[in-house]
Amino acid sequence: MLIKRRDAAARSPRLQAVAAGLASGALDRRTFLKRSGLTAGGVVAIGASLGSVRKAEAIAAHDHSKSAERKMNMCTHCSVGCSIVGEVQNGVWVGQEPAWDSPINRGTHCAKGAASRELVFGDRRLKYPLKLVNGQWQRISWDQAINEVGDKMMEIRGKSGADSVYMLGSAKFTNEAAYLFRKFGAFWGTNSVDHQARICHSTTVAGVANTWGYGAQTNSYNDIRKAKTIVFMGSNAAEAHPVSLQHILTGKETNRANVIVFDPRFTRTAAHATEFVRFRGGTDIAVIWGMMWHIFQNGWEDKEFIRQRVDGMEQIRAEVAKWTPDEVQRVTGIPGEQLKKVAETFAKQRPSTFIWCMGGTQHTVGTANVRAYCNLLLATGNVGAEGTGANIFRGHTNVQGATDLGLDIGTLPLYYGLVEGGWRHWARVWGVPYDYFVSRFDEVPAKGGRPARTAKQNMETPGIPSTRWFDAVTHKPDDVDQKDNVKAMFVFGHGGNTIPRMPDSVKALEMLDLLVVADPHPTTFAALSNRKNGTYLLPICTNFETDGSRTASNRSIQWGEKFVEPIFESKDDYETLYLLAKKLGFADQMFKNYKMVGNKPVPEDILREINRGGFSTGYSGQSPERIKAHMANQGKFDVVTLRAPANEASIGGDYYGLPWPCWGKPEIKHPGTHILYNTNLHVKDGGGTFRARFGVVREEKQADGTARQVSMLADGSFSQGSALTDGYPEFTFGLFKKLGWDSDLTAAEVEQITAIGGNNPDTVGWATDLSGGIIRVCLDKGVLPYGNAKARAVAYNLPDPVPVHREPIYTPRTDLVAKYPTRPDGRQFRMANIGETFQKRALEQGVAKQFPIILTSGRLVEYEGGGEETRSNKWLAELQQDMFVEINPADASERNIRDGQFVWVSGPEGNARARVKALVTERVGKGVAFMPFHFAGWFQGADQRGNYPKGTDPIVLGESVNTVTTYGYDPVTGMHEGKVTLCQIRAA
Amino acid sequence: MARMKFLCDADRCIECNACVTACKNEHDVPWGINRRRVVTINDGKPGERSVSMACMHCTDAPCAAVCPVNCFYTTADAVVLHSKDLCIGCGYCFYACPFGAPQYPRVGNFGSRGKMDKCTYCAGGPEADLTQAEYVKYGANRLAEGKLPICAEMCSTKALLAGDGKIIAEIYKERVTRRGYGSGAWGWKTAYKETVAI
Repeated sequence: MLIKRRDAAARSPRLQAVAAGLASGALDRRTFLKRSGLTAGGVVAIGASLGSVRKAEAIAAHDHSKSAERKMNMCTHCSVGCSIVGEVQNGVWVGQEPAWDSPINRGTHCAKGAASRELVFGDRRLKYPLKLVNGQWQRISWDQAINEVGDKMMEIRGKSGADSVYMLGSAKFTNEAAYLFRKFGAFWGTNSVDHQARICHSTTVAGVANTWGYGAQTNSYNDIRKAKTIVFMGSNAAEAHPVSLQHILTGKETNRANVIVFDPRFTRTAAHATEFVRFRGGTDIAVIWGMMWHIFQNGWEDKEFIRQRVDGMEQIRAEVAKWTPDEVQRVTGIPGEQLKKVAETFAKQRPSTFIWCMGGTQHTVGTANVRAYCNLLLATGNVGAEGTGANIFRGHTNVQGATDLGLDIGTLPLYYGLVEGGWRHWARVWGVPYDYFVSRFDEVPAKGGRPARTAKQNMETPGIPSTRWFDAVTHKPDDVDQKDNVKAMFVFGHGGNTIPRMPDSVKALEMLDLLVVADPHPTTFAALSNRKNGTYLLPICTNFETDGSRTASNRSIQWGEKFVEPIFESKDDYETLYLLAKKLGFADQMFKNYKMVGNKPVPEDILREINRGGFSTGYSGQSPERIKAHMANQGKFDVVTLRAPANEASIGGDYYGLPWPCWGKPEIKHPGTHILYNTNLHVKDGGGTFRARFGVVREEKQADGTARQVSMLADGSFSQGSALTDGYPEFTFGLFKKLGWDSDLTAAEVEQITAIGGNNPDTVGWATDLSGGIIRVCLDKGVLPYGNAKARAVAYNLPDPVPVHREPIYTPRTDLVAKYPTRPDGRQFRMANIGETFQKRALEQGVAKQFPIILTSGRLVEYEGGGEETRSNKWLAELQQDMFVEINPADASERNIRDGQFVWVSGPEGNARARVKALVTERVGKGVAFMPFHFAGWFQGADQRGNYPKGTDPIVLGESVNTVTTYGYDPVTGMHEGKVTLCQIRAA
Repeated sequence: MARMKFLCDADRCIECNACVTACKNEHDVPWGINRRRVVTINDGKPGERSVSMACMHCTDAPCAAVCPVNCFYTTADAVVLHSKDLCIGCGYCFYACPFGAPQYPRVGNFGSRGKMDKCTYCAGGPEADLTQAEYVKYGANRLAEGKLPICAEMCSTKALLAGDGKIIAEIYKERVTRRGYGSGAWGWKTAYKETVAI
């Protein structure tokens, strides 16, 4: 025995020591946290009993000798759309098995997906409705909660108006719940209905939709397998979308693809890249123009693609010419040669795809960043084909679907605008008179020198973005352009720590008359402030405890089955919204198209109603029956093309999840659209063109002062099999008549179009034609209902039609502000946006000297969003027990900061500060610090564990990065500046 | 019979920790006990690589060699298991193990250890297959159900492979040939006294 033991010891590389992370010299994040976690106070160790691994109470549930029922649902974390197979015995979710057949995740998960089951037996969930009475949480019944909340809402409505109730929805809603929530907002009479997309990809949606038509990922995770060059900019997919890496690494390996990561931080994604490009955060436009400078200089652009399918590239070229390699290096810090190499790779080793996330979107120039990315893709002809595209990775399970279904202050469901036509469309679908909705909105008096608004004008005015809700509470009434300030917050599934300027939200929370949190967890909203009364917590179940569909990032719609009944006293979103609507008196009208089971509307019926009205975005063909057939036949879809073989019954030729647009009614069996704007396919096979959304011609000023008419329609480019072999506008009944195609419509279709159009049926378009006839005929003719235009390199309707670099409000490069200032002060979304004032003040006060370190934020793989769910999950919480700040060794040594010690990170506004542990690492460059944004429960050094209702506090608490983040909003969407601000770090 | 092994492709591991939580979920492993973990070297620097680690189910397992009560045994599939009824929590196996696999619940003051717990390759223990008694002490027995270890089955990038050593070595070799790089079958020399020729 002993001899053998020496043998083992002598087999030198002391793997054991390496495995423990001790001997390698390098202290990795895991070891760092594990060590620090051992001494952490608040962490409750969940002990093991002697000799057995399982806790006694769980044993009774899982009987391995008996079979279990298998059910399928989706992971509720990121947007990849991983299927989860649950094993259910006696109504208890007892086990999780790999979902091998899903073409998206093929059985696999990340830490969060693999730990999903905990969400449904976790004992830190809200168990029953609670009410805050003189600072104490009191258990109440659902009846009492709904009655008191409803009465209070009506009181606020009477005094301050409908707009004073802010409705914050969730990217974790099912499609059906998201749509119901927006509908609820319409019946209540406010457009201040928002959700997490505001703070994640609102600028993407605005930027991309303004370029080529739809605000969504053009290709899919699976399609990246075909790319030859894959660029990540401001995306750390290895932590934020781990399962996507399965497709990306396979592509990298099989195609020997180039993987290029642009980031201020050497991320875990960068660790798997072939090229890592470090740049200064907030200089994306300069980087992109720098790449395009090389592309234009060397003639690497795709000239034919630009001629046929892009409008305005010459104006981009003029801006790009200013970005010489020297200037790019001066602004971004990227060496000229490296950028040239990367530009050449991207332009020449095609197909190339461009992936971005919050690193690109969460900026005062977020929309402009996105437009720059699109321009790079357009210039190199990398849109509308396999392996190319804007692969926008969205962040929540259904953030795409919730955005589509109108949880947005500026649209109705499926991007119908807040105009009379849009409202009338949905009023028609809902079967409620248009005038009813007008009557529900406030009249806004003239104030602050602004004109008054009638109720109709108010219903056509975008609401307040979620990034500013607290300003709408605390600002002077004259500054908030609606009847009165926000007095009540209605939070359905949204974290309270994911939006910057938390000290300001604390003030606002304390001023609110009513706060309602409807969530599986109490969330930071419940614990952050010193509210004493007027707070209600409604326990909502997770998506595993209800049925409904979800739209993954690639626009595929998947149906999730209820695994188990809602646990404790929780209810699902459908029932809760029904109970509230009933209390408020509009349930009969709002729910009249749905079959009700008790207090629950049947989600299938809600989806059918979405189908009936969802022509604009092609949400019309995905009937519940078709989606369920896809779920039942997952294994038949190809893992790369996502298509089922043509001869398969019921799903033959379909793309998995019928990715929108899935044109026309379900009966015509459109297969969905795997790749947007792909002219290589017939529209009936998912082909497409760029959307004609911005008119047919534009005027261009000439040098001699005259104006020239420029066509914005495609030039000689069209999708396969098109009856029209050039560009064409979107289709209306009037255009049909001109083409003589109206004779292809059935009498019933014409009748319905005429009924909708009233005196002017010619204006009825493909999107408002509820008969679906116009779209049906379009497909037969091989044309796209929305037209065939050029993509817009220049977006004339946006603040910076040609994106220009603008320094962040709080920039360390004060020398660049004069040349590249932020946008002038203005007003958007009922509020002032005074970034310029802030930037000037920062310069005058020398903020960059006092706060010399750039602070950025991001995700960790174990946690998601505000972290309420994941920090309460014991399997995840164990892996990440402390909030930390990553700081470069040089910055740390200047400040005498040791790895693992507590430090104060302070921000430039309002003496805000956060007490966190230091993680000294070269992952961040000198002068840059990084903090994850999932933590809450500590505020400026104070532990707020006692503020949570007993037994519902997340296992792990920590300071929120957004305590120290600062002012700054994108003018197009109200997106906050979450990625670049300044801070100072001192040992605590 | 198959010779079951683990192989972690460090060029694919992204340290997502799915293997860790999948294991916790499958066996309801308590806080503080980690049958599997992910180790990262060169964290935050070029050359950063991660490897998912657990009991490798070694050939001539050193833990078995040092165990004073002979609680270890090797199954026909070459999975190294142990009996918690025999284990006295002495900790010798922890010192012998080149991978740091054995874990001990803390059961009292002065660092006294409970019975050792480690990765079972999802193959349970000496009790009869798929019984409550087996499940309580060792967790699920997926092998008996014809399934492979859950950690490998759920690996996000299919970096962690489990199965017959010959087959997974073949998969890895094919991968390396196709992509043109590979840092080797991590830990194989130590665990299995052989390596994957690439």
